[in-house]
Amino acid sequence: MRPFSYQRATDPDMAVQALSAAAAANNPLTRATSQPLAGGTTLIDLMKLDVMRPAAIVDINPLAQGWSAIEPGGEHLRLGALAKMSDVATHDDIQRNYPVIANSLKLAASAQLRNMATLGGNVMQRTRCNYFRDVSYENCNKRNPGSGCAAMDGVNRMHAVLGTSDQCIATYPGDFAQALIALDATVEVTGRSGTRSMPFADLHKAPGNTPEIETTLQPGDLISAFVIPGRWPRSVYLKARDRQSYEFALSAAAVALDVQDGTIRDARVALGGVATVPWRAREAEAQLKGQKFDDGLAQRAADAAFAEAKGRQHNSFKIALGKRVVVRALQQAVMMEI
Amino acid sequence: MSDHSGSRPSGFDRRTFMAGAAGSALVPLAARAAAEEARAPVAQDPALPVDVTLRVNGKDKRLSLDARTTVLDALREHLKLTGSKKGCDHGQCGACTVLIGDRRVVSCLTLALAAEGQEITTIEGLATNDRLHPMQQAFVDNDAFQCGYCTPGQIMSAIACVKEGHAGTDADIREYMSGNICRCAAYPNIVAAVKQAAPDIMKG
Repeated sequence: MRPFSYQRATDPDMAVQALSAAAAANNPLTRATSQPLAGGTTLIDLMKLDVMRPAAIVDINPLAQGWSAIEPGGEHLRLGALAKMSDVATHDDIQRNYPVIANSLKLAASAQLRNMATLGGNVMQRTRCNYFRDVSYENCNKRNPGSGCAAMDGVNRMHAVLGTSDQCIATYPGDFAQALIALDATVEVTGRSGTRSMPFADLHKAPGNTPEIETTLQPGDLISAFVIPGRWPRSVYLKARDRQSYEFALSAAAVALDVQDGTIRDARVALGGVATVPWRAREAEAQLKGQKFDDGLAQRAADAAFAEAKGRQHNSFKIALGKRVVVRALQQAVMMEI
Repeated sequence: MSDHSGSRPSGFDRRTFMAGAAGSALVPLAARAAAEEARAPVAQDPALPVDVTLRVNGKDKRLSLDARTTVLDALREHLKLTGSKKGCDHGQCGACTVLIGDRRVVSCLTLALAAEGQEITTIEGLATNDRLHPMQQAFVDNDAFQCGYCTPGQIMSAIACVKEGHAGTDADIREYMSGNICRCAAYPNIVAAVKQAAPDIMKG
């Protein structure tokens, strides 16, 4: 690992200031010379691999006192960005009223990593693309902009089939983000000009021609909270993977339904493991809204979700698998007794 | 259990020999440690070590560390607590699992500087005098290992698994112990050990 200077931020202003100091270098956030440290499960890993090379680390864990509350209210749920994955996953209110959130967190990583990783860091985690993580490959547009993409014609079984570009097909690896995007969450960001809110759907950027830019955040921006409107007791996170536990998704679906008298009043569908960014499947939702549920409807929704999917040599199976995951998640959500 | 009890007749074993043989390589680092100005609140010079006090198994340990040092390397290389093992060094295998506070974490992805002021418990901190912790005893009783390399991490993780309330069923134990890989595949016996120790641990 390359040497870095370590700094502990005891209040948000100090953190923002320390992280903004290097902003003049005009690097995107992923390559900023100053990086925040929360759980460290992505950052320290990628620093050991020499993928991330910050000259300065700003430890923001002392901010946890103000930024880690779990606040279920009548109107909305507010989750502090420094709350630990494990604490949110096992919280009674979250399990009861937002099972899609609880299970997206519970089915991610291992017990140890969930004890370390924070919600804010979780949504910012970097792709598991092997060509991104292995610096002996020169050609990675995410790591070395303009160098090409080794995954295009490489071993791309784990790669994305939605939201790809001819520059990058790296999969967004997280689970929690799918729950957030499905539930129309907003993200609260604390930065140089104070605190602002934006739709969570506006946080991540599809790779396009600039895969090195992964989010709309600037150096000095810190996620301070997530806010989820409403309650979604009829919701499911279903994750298909190579192992039963402790593995990234081959395909996952976050589904939330509002069913009244057998009619689907509102439907939310988001996909994980198959796209370059947290992926909202609005085409699937449009199929479901106002309809009576049956297996044919679930299949039509799943087909719509993957209508634009593009497989490559090794990952086309994700299209068939992904549709089945959507169908089963919808079936499970409809069957829930709430 | 202790690797540094000095009770071996020769007073000389593989580990102390290895440490001695590597000693000359450590001299330049030790020389750097003389610098006084390396203290934390503002960004420190990355070339200089930082003073840090880690609380390990109930005792404060004053150390002067390169900022890059993980808790795992601080334990193994600086405190000679070699029970916690380095497997993958990337948070994937669980061999380095320790408790920080009452939470199990992977010490290989935890910076020592970020763990300052917190209670760190390692496998060396479990036994009381000559009496093994119930989970250690359960691993012995159930033959819950072959090569033993993953065992300290398995035991630390298993204690937390029980205290979290995730040891109620075999399926729960398997799910919540999935962060600890056993290359010898002693899993059935590990599950049996966790089940054996759980009631004792829950009694306190």
